[in-house]
Amino acid sequence: MANREIIRIEGLEKVYDMGEVRVKALHGVDLTIEEGSYVAIMGASGSGKSTLLNILGCLDRPTAGKYYLGGEDVASMDDDQLSAFRGRTLGFVFQSYNLIQQLSVIENIFVPLFYQGLDLSDREKHCEDLADLVGLGDRTDHRPKQLSGGQQQRVAIARSLVNDPLLILADEPTGNLDSKTGLEILDLFDRLNQQGKTMILVTHGDEVAERAQRVVHMKDGVIDREDVKRAPVKVDNSKKLELTG
Amino acid sequence: MRLKTLIRIVQLGIKSLLLHKMRSGLTMLGIIFGVCSVIAMLAIGEGASYEAQEAIKKLGSSNIIIRSVKPPQEKSMSSAKRDYVNDYGLTYQDANSIRATIKNVDTVLPMRIIREEVRFNSIMFPVQVIGTHPIYPDMTGLEVVRGRFLTYTDERSRNNICVLTASLAEHLFPYENPVEQEVRMGADYFKVVGIVRETSIEKQRPQAGESEGATVDHNVYVPLSSAKARFGETIINRSAGSYQAEKVELHQITVRFTSTDAVQTAVPQIKTLLEKFHDTADYEVIVPIELLRQAEQTKRIFNIVLGSIAAISLIVGGIGIMNIMLATVTERTREIGIRRALGAKKHDIVTQFLVETVVLSIGGGLIGVVFGVVIPVIVSHLADMKTIVTPISVIIAFGISGAVGVVFGIYPASQAADLDPIEALRHE
Ligand SMILES: Nc1ncnc2c1ncn2[C@@H]1O[C@H](COP(=O)(O)OP(=O)(O)OP(=O)(O)O)[C@@H](O)[C@H]1O
Ligand SMILES: [Mg+2]
Repeated sequence: MANREIIRIEGLEKVYDMGEVRVKALHGVDLTIEEGSYVAIMGASGSGKSTLLNILGCLDRPTAGKYYLGGEDVASMDDDQLSAFRGRTLGFVFQSYNLIQQLSVIENIFVPLFYQGLDLSDREKHCEDLADLVGLGDRTDHRPKQLSGGQQQRVAIARSLVNDPLLILADEPTGNLDSKTGLEILDLFDRLNQQGKTMILVTHGDEVAERAQRVVHMKDGVIDREDVKRAPVKVDNSKKLELTG
Repeated sequence: MRLKTLIRIVQLGIKSLLLHKMRSGLTMLGIIFGVCSVIAMLAIGEGASYEAQEAIKKLGSSNIIIRSVKPPQEKSMSSAKRDYVNDYGLTYQDANSIRATIKNVDTVLPMRIIREEVRFNSIMFPVQVIGTHPIYPDMTGLEVVRGRFLTYTDERSRNNICVLTASLAEHLFPYENPVEQEVRMGADYFKVVGIVRETSIEKQRPQAGESEGATVDHNVYVPLSSAKARFGETIINRSAGSYQAEKVELHQITVRFTSTDAVQTAVPQIKTLLEKFHDTADYEVIVPIELLRQAEQTKRIFNIVLGSIAAISLIVGGIGIMNIMLATVTERTREIGIRRALGAKKHDIVTQFLVETVVLSIGGGLIGVVFGVVIPVIVSHLADMKTIVTPISVIIAFGISGAVGVVFGIYPASQAADLDPIEALRHE
């Protein structure tokens, strides 16, 4: 039995209207992604990768086309609903980590739950488990400034998992890291995917693409070609996330 | 649940503010000065007007005081005509007419004030001899501390008795019991029957008079009838060889009414009555309740002026906060983007920034309150001025500082919330 489909986009277009100039960043993208997929989006600079990922991440709205995420019509949501939807169903990992400087590791991991009206005191165990999961169990009260880039990205990954998201989106997550640290992060992603997490990565690196289950090549705002290397992992939603070993 | 959320947001706000202690402190200064100056200035103003009002209240709010005054034109004449007897002022008839014709009059208290010297053995003091009725202590707040005050029997039989103020008695009789002693005033001896003290002693007057040997409360009270009989009605002042005589029957008439409300209607009636008997303006009518109202009016204007100054300083403080918060929003654009991506709604961002400005202004307000309460205490110690910190001024100042935080926080907060999440995330 195939995994359920969690993303469906049809005829997606994005136009940046800057007065005199209109930049057509996406014109006509169709894509479906099943749960458990590990998708790498590749392509030349300016081909529209980030634009697509932002729309998939409900941070931006398409100019035209349809987008269903987990069966929900994203286009019909207002700003507040989109915010809540992001907080509940998505996990983000950014190129520049994007941790909040005045918060400790544990507090940074907790942020998505804060906006679901939860209390850190009630979820401290959960957040500590995630810090453990990414190998930072002994640094939970450190500030981002006191951590290396790789460690910061691990915190960001722990944060992206805290709300048990349907989907993790990462825009060049290893772009700011040296190759060794980058590989460690990619190992973490591999294991997350093996546990059944759906991952979408934007990347320039071939070593990243090699690990992906499916590679989407973009060119001038459309999908140029796709390589599907293997079937997505079987998803068993009853299993608990466990990355050690 | 809502309260818990708010507490967490406040904690978060404090944390962000503590990240820039110096900046937050400087931002609060405007509010600190504003709140502190409101409270301190109001306290000093309140103290000053309290003293004025107390002085007026002592005259009695249901009283009218009529005083004899030397008519101005006569004054210049008296220097030309040396042996002219200056006859002016209130009369016994005035007192009687008021008692007889004015409604709601409770008591009419006539007074004669004569400058004399009082002697006991070799000790001599210049004093004011006040000839008055037995009701006097009741109307002016005198307390009999020893012996008794004047009685109607004294009044009827023109007894040569007197009552001394406590401070005078201390000077005149350092060793012996003053009661039953005889003191000399003018050509006559008066038996001391009692000692009195003012119940509301004003500490306001400096001690300067003491060195000259004549403070204002060196008074000798005698029956009005005795004063008339012993000192006559013509008072002679000799100065530098010239001779000046004044004939004044009564120096003051205090009219007490049955109620404060009755004073209002009686004032014009009394003025009309007196105009009938007096050709010249040789008297003045003092209405304590009107003075009190004027004092209150002055205080209101004073408060409005102070309030405006304080409001301006608080607005300046608010602008300072707004300025810093706008800078903070720019500086924290990235953070706003992150929070929005992770599920923060616009109103969450508004709340976060608004809470920070309110924490700044309330924090400044609290510190301002502390200074505002302490400074008047220091002022009253150093400058010997009465200051009163009213709870209402603290509440108002504090309330306004909170309101300033909200008003000047809304714009930066909405600027923060209206940022596009992607733009914000890209911000360097
Ligand atoms: N906010 C924007 N306003 C105007 N044009 C934009 C905006 N964002 C992207 N674009 C344009 O849209 C096109 C696609 O941009 P996008 O950021 O998606 O490229 P990318 O594939 O992520 O490139 P890179 O690999 O360099 O990150 C580019 O031509 C870019 O100039
Ligand atoms: Mg990009």
